[in-house]
Order: sequence, then C-alpha cells, then structure tokens
Amino acid sequence: MSTPVSEPLNKPLSTAASKPRRRPLRFPWLLVYAIGYLIFLYLPVLLLPLFSFNDGTIVAFPMKGFTLKWYAQLGEQDTLLQAMVNSLIVGAVTALVATSLGLFAARAYVRYRFKGRELSEGLVMLPLVIPGIIVASSMLVLFISLGLKPSLTTVILGHVFVALPFAVSIMKSAFDDFDQSLEEAAFDLGESVIGTFRRVTLPIVAPGIVASLLVTFTVSFDEFVLAFFLSGNQPTLPVYIWSQIRFPAKLPNTLALGSLLLLASVLLLLTAEYFRRRSAKSA
Amino acid sequence: MAGFLRTEAGKGLALSAPASLYVGLLVAAPLGILVAYSFWTQTYVEIDKTLTWANYLEAATDPLVRHLMLRSILIAGAVTAATVALAYPIAYFIAFRTHKKTLWLLLITIPFWSSYLLRVFSWKLILGFNGVMNSALISMGLITEPLTFLLYNEFAVVLTLAHAWAPFAILPIYVSLQKIDRSLLEAATDLGLTKLERFIRVTLPLTVPGIIAASLIIFIPTVGDYVTPSLVGGSQGKMVANLIQVQFGPANNWPLGATLSLVAMASVGFVAILFVVLATALGRRIR
Repeated sequence: MSTPVSEPLNKPLSTAASKPRRRPLRFPWLLVYAIGYLIFLYLPVLLLPLFSFNDGTIVAFPMKGFTLKWYAQLGEQDTLLQAMVNSLIVGAVTALVATSLGLFAARAYVRYRFKGRELSEGLVMLPLVIPGIIVASSMLVLFISLGLKPSLTTVILGHVFVALPFAVSIMKSAFDDFDQSLEEAAFDLGESVIGTFRRVTLPIVAPGIVASLLVTFTVSFDEFVLAFFLSGNQPTLPVYIWSQIRFPAKLPNTLALGSLLLLASVLLLLTAEYFRRRSAKSA
Repeated sequence: MAGFLRTEAGKGLALSAPASLYVGLLVAAPLGILVAYSFWTQTYVEIDKTLTWANYLEAATDPLVRHLMLRSILIAGAVTAATVALAYPIAYFIAFRTHKKTLWLLLITIPFWSSYLLRVFSWKLILGFNGVMNSALISMGLITEPLTFLLYNEFAVVLTLAHAWAPFAILPIYVSLQKIDRSLLEAATDLGLTKLERFIRVTLPLTVPGIIAASLIIFIPTVGDYVTPSLVGGSQGKMVANLIQVQFGPANNWPLGATLSLVAMASVGFVAILFVVLATALGRRIR
C-alpha cells in the first residue's frame, strides 16, 4: 500500500466522500504562504486610500486623524479636470476603435479558416510583448516624421495599439462557444447578412463587447509611458499624476486622486468580469 | 474580387485585415524609421541624414550604455526569477490545495486592475526614508533609526517589479499545473517516489512550458521598464529606458535614442531566445 497522495484534490467527488480523510492534519504551510502573499499583493493598493484620509502631509505612521479635505480640494484644480477630460476622451475613443477592430478580427479567427490566420493572430498579440519604452519612442519618431504633432490623437493611436490584444482575446472567447447553427437558422428564415448579424449575432456576443469596451477603456485610462511620450501639451491623467508626484506638498491630493482612480478601475473591471462571465454562460 | 470576398478565406482575411494591418503598420513603420534614425546624426535641432555607424559605435563603446544595458538585463533577470519563484507556490496552492479556485484567481488579479503608475508610487511611499515601513517599524519599537537600504537601489526595483508582474507569473504556471493528468502523480507515488522526488521529477518538468511563458511575459517588458527605475531606483537603480527617455527628452539626441532602443530590443530578443533554449533543455534533462 502506497502512502496517501496528497495532491489530487481534483479526484471525482465520490472517492473523496466515500473514504475518510486519510491525510493527517498538518500545518497548512501553503495556505499560510498564500495568505502572506495576498497581503504583499494588496499592501500597496490599500495604502493609497488609507493615507488619503490622513490629516497630515507626510505618509507615515502614526496617522494624524481623519479628513476629507484632500478630496474636496481636487475639484478646485483646473489642470486636473482638464487632464481627466483628456483621459476620458482618449479612453472612450480607444475603447470604441480597439473593440471594433477586435470584434471583426476575433470573428474571423473563430469562424473562418484562411491562409495567414495564425500569422495574423500572433501579430495582433505582439503589442503585449514589446517593451513600452520602445513602442513609445518609435511611435514618437514615426508621428513626428509624418508631421503629426504630439496630441490626444497620437495618444489614441498608441493606445489602440496596446489595447488591441485585450479586445481580440476577450472577443475571441465571446465568439468561441457561439453556436453557428443560430446564424444559419436566421439565414434560412430569410434574414439578410446584416440583419442576421444585428438581430442574432450581436445580441449574443453583446456581453463580450461590453467587457471588451470596459477593459480597453481601463487599459487606456491607466496607461502612462505612451501618453508621456505622445501627449505633448495635452496631458492625460497618469501624465498629470506623474507631474504632481515630484511635489511633496501635493502628495495628499495625489493620494486622494489615486484612490479615486483605483476605485474606478476596480469597479470598471469587476463590471467587465461580470459581463465576460455572462457572455461565457449564455453562449 | 467580389467573388473572393464571398469565400471562407476571403471573409476571414477581410475581417481580420484591419486589426492585423493596424498592428503590422504600427510595428513596421516605427521600426523602419527607428532604423533610419539610428544611422543619422543630430546637431541641436538639425538632423544630418548622412549614413554613419557613429551611434552604434557610441552605444558599443560608451561605458555608461554598456553598464545600464547590462544592469537592465540583470535586474529583469532577477525580477523574473523572484516573481516566478514567489508565484510558483501560489499557483500550486490554487491548482492542488483549494476548491475555491475562481475566488483565489480573482483575489490575485484584482490589485492589478489598478494603475501601474500608482502601484509603483505606493511602493516609493512604503520604502521611503520617512516612509510607511520605517515609521511602522519605529513606532513598534523594532528599530530606532530608519532603514536606508529600502529605497533607491536595485532591491527596491526588483521588489516593486516582482509585485507588479505577479499575476503574469501565477496565471501561466497555474494553467500548466492544472493541465497535469492527476493519474501521473498517483502513478509516481505508487512507483515509490517520495513527495519531493515526485515534485522534482514529475510535476516540475510538466510545468516547464508555463514557467517559460511566465518568464518571457515578465522579462521582455521589464528590461524596458521606465516608471519603476525612475520612481524607486534612485541613481543605483537606473535602467536603459531612463537613458532612452533622456535622449528623446532633455538631451534631444533622437538618433542615439533610436539606436539605444534598437540595441535594447536586440539584446532582449537574444537573451529571451537563449533562455527558451536553455530552459527547454533543462526541462528535458531533469525528467
């Protein structure tokens, strides 16, 4: 008789239920490690909101007391609001363009077999593995050579590039389990190509589209290096934050702004996750 | 033409063309111009378009360039090793020791849905001289003087990046652990392997593809990271991206900046290929 196998927890439930637990109770090292690791992961993320309520300009213990004034001051800063508007514009346009490109491409990859499919699929994932500084510097050189001044337009062009892999992979999983026969049935019942797409395909992959819009928006909203190189004198929010980080006096405001952004990103992406799951379930 | 567009291949190509053309053009065109620039020279605002190897010579001979390039690769290597080593037990835990896999995976990814810039900035606040860590340790009475080795060095860069890239290591390794046929593990145990032997000779080799994927995903972008060395690296922790930014910004020497970008990319590619070859060979060896 061999020693009990400790790894396969994934055995069919029946065996697990019919036999008593054979593994003797021991100290759960891995669980402790996992919890420690989670603390490590969450520490920097939770620190910003924690100190954004601190009534003092220095980020250190002991904390001074509770205040909301750092948040209240944010509304009075015009450059901040302008940067916010810039980021919203860039994020929205990036999300729309990247998701449209991703929608068509993913549809092609999942539905059709054609020459060059694998090459094309690999190509659209390329932006994920090129160091940001190289993308940023080379695009700056390109746009200047083409006579395009750094502006929100050039930031959008860059952001669509980095957001595209996310759009394609989300849309691919949305199309993956899509039942082809539904479209065929629509054709047989007399719908046109466009009618079928609008009334059958689109509603089914809609949750995937929403997820892709939210994720690509967030990718753009949080992106710094490209925007730093390509935004010229129209800073996006991360570029604005970068300019504020250097001033210790501005620190509490930066913390408050950062906390709001953290909250926004997490809410957006949890919503995206919800839609992504729904699209996986409905398909 | 219209006939071709109605075929399977035609529809596929037509639908995927916008995306692949977009990426293709924005990879090829900037790269082409970067290559062109790297053979030009710049005096103040004038670009001299006489072809010359001067920039490459400078990149090859300038000790600062060599030093930063080497340091970037070493730091990225350390980050990759640390991230993968720290992530492996978590991936193992999620794959084998818990039933709440989805919850754990979600818990691990949530922090990374926040701005990268802000997370790095937060580490700066944690590790600083008057920062969170020092003040916490002092108020607990564990130390009396602030620790100075925390911020503005390679250690801070590696720690921050190991944090920033954690899910990119956990997810691929988790997937490769999850794929392991559980009966192989039972067979190994039945054949008399101890747990440790079984891990080293069965589990680990089977997860080599996941480890390679995780390493590449982390290593390649890390070499060119700009934000982390700028914020927490100090002068000891500067990397090649900082030098590139200086050429495109304050120093205003675009040809040299272009050359450095290309050299950095080539070095990254070379090290990455070398790594894949070695890791694959090693994976076969220990089996």
